[in-house]
Amino acid sequence: MARFTPKVVTANALIEGDVIYLTADDRWTRLHHEAELIEDEAHAQLRLLHAMAQKSVAVGAYLADAKAGPNGPEPTHFREVFRTRGPSNYFLGKQAELV
Amino acid sequence: MYNYSEFDESFVRARVAQFSHQVERRIDGSLTEEEFRPLRLMNGLYLQLHAYMLRVAIPYGTLNPRQMRQLAHIAQTWDKGYGHFTTRQNIQFNWPKLSDVPKMLSALADVGMHAIQTSGNCVRNVTADHFAAAAADEIEDPRPYAELLRQWSTDHPEFQFLPRKFKIAITGAAQDRAVTAAHDIGLRIVKNDAGETGFQVLVGGGLGRTPMVAMTVRDFLPVEDLLPYVEAVLSVYNTLGRRDNKYKARIKITLHETGKEEITRMIEARFAELRPLFGGNDQALLADIREAFAPPAFRNAPVDAYDAFYKADPVFRAWADTNLAQHRNDQYAIVTISLKAHGQTPGDATADQMRVMADLAERYGHNELRVSHEQNVILPHVHKSDLPAVHAALMQAGLGTANVGLISDIIACPGMDYCALATARAIPVAQEIATRFDALKLEHDVGPLKIKISGCINACGHHHVGHIGILGLDRAGVENYQITLGGDGTEDAVIGERAGPGFAYDEIVPAIERIVLAYLDLRESPEETFLQAYRRVGLPPFKAALYPGEGNRDAA
Repeated sequence: MARFTPKVVTANALIEGDVIYLTADDRWTRLHHEAELIEDEAHAQLRLLHAMAQKSVAVGAYLADAKAGPNGPEPTHFREVFRTRGPSNYFLGKQAELV
Repeated sequence: MYNYSEFDESFVRARVAQFSHQVERRIDGSLTEEEFRPLRLMNGLYLQLHAYMLRVAIPYGTLNPRQMRQLAHIAQTWDKGYGHFTTRQNIQFNWPKLSDVPKMLSALADVGMHAIQTSGNCVRNVTADHFAAAAADEIEDPRPYAELLRQWSTDHPEFQFLPRKFKIAITGAAQDRAVTAAHDIGLRIVKNDAGETGFQVLVGGGLGRTPMVAMTVRDFLPVEDLLPYVEAVLSVYNTLGRRDNKYKARIKITLHETGKEEITRMIEARFAELRPLFGGNDQALLADIREAFAPPAFRNAPVDAYDAFYKADPVFRAWADTNLAQHRNDQYAIVTISLKAHGQTPGDATADQMRVMADLAERYGHNELRVSHEQNVILPHVHKSDLPAVHAALMQAGLGTANVGLISDIIACPGMDYCALATARAIPVAQEIATRFDALKLEHDVGPLKIKISGCINACGHHHVGHIGILGLDRAGVENYQITLGGDGTEDAVIGERAGPGFAYDEIVPAIERIVLAYLDLRESPEETFLQAYRRVGLPPFKAALYPGEGNRDAA
């Protein structure tokens, strides 16, 4: 069986639409590196169900590939990298708000 | 231009009220996202990568200054100070908060605008030639018909749940600036042998994953048969169109699976049933609509000042040569305001720029603005004597770029900088191509050349009909760009040919440069455009320029 690629649970916030991540202590954070890095497939499914149940907070929750980094989980796919910062044509979105 | 009737006004207000309640119920938890999603999409509200996006229809691309100012106000009040004009004559706001959207829709309703049917499997915003009622080569203004179609299709009970979205485009001119052949229905106003006005009806065009040029199903449709005929086309599509497979659901697939002859027979049979049901109210309505599109009172004044300025000022001359088009009135010109300043995002305008354009339309442009599918804004009626003042004001606002129709006048979809469907970025590729050719000082030498970029197979950036088309894909977790060549979106529509393997993000701009330099080498004269040259020599010399190592390998 293929080895499970670690995941984070991510979604968009209901009101702002901003990208959010589920933390190990059941908070939603705007920062990828604060997310819970999930290394077990069964646990990932449970966490996703937990996220999907929060209908008034998070929209469109899904599992995104990630890897461990020095400061916490890091995205691996470029789409997820873009989601951690915002568009490349303007300094707007997370990259501006989290400075 | 057309102003909302009491009926339009109350319909749009009622919808704003309805959607406001739906938003409230979503926020208080009474509606789940699954329940809310189709409701928000019916009102043009998407959830994208970083935020919500509100898509507002600009019917047939026509705006008045008050509407443009309201768009500026919305951008500044509830968004981040700018808007993005799209390839379907819509404007998109990229950062609204869900709780603010009812206020935005209410502000739109104040100026006779809305976001209804800008998403979903229904008849979308009807688009038209952006030079309508101004172009010298036009038979008739297509917009009264577009408005008739808008009223007929808005909330049409039979066509709210079509197999897939449905796009209609219309042109009244010989030169097709509305890409009619790439629409589900394309309408071209023509004259028959008896000198009567009617439509050539094209069906089944579309880009996306299966690009197809539309087929003509009627060479001449009398004007008074327009609604029953379009209704017949939609009715047949609604019955036959596939709902089992999203990728085979557009009418282009229905047409190919059914066959042109059979589908034409079915359309004509349905038309025969529907025609008697249209008792003439549509024609009475059309007559009223036509009055609303009466031409402005053109000024009669000398144009010497323009001629003198043209001779004296090289910057103005360069702009006039690229950004002006011939108006039907010799004293007038059609001004295309480029939203493609080198290095900027194609189709974006700030709130301040929108206000400048509104002011200019009011002061010099008979209160009319247009939005083109090529993501520029048009002042369709400017007296030539006013052009120096218009140009000066545009320059001050960063809107004076002289590049319409040139290599930096690029169409680009939002791509992965905004869109949740995108597989790669499109905007930065456009920015870098424009910046590169500006640095090379080559674009005026290269001449007319349309580059169109899409960030996924859905082809919102019309890459298939770009002289050079670029399609951004995700290849094993890396952005990769495929090039197509020789596409054409005019009356002789052609789908471009794929040039070969794709290029990485940092290789795509140099690849485009190699194509353009190859063209400069092989053209017979500066008058031979890129597209003409491509049609003469075909793909091989461009392929050789794109993949320089390959020929050697073959020879070895």
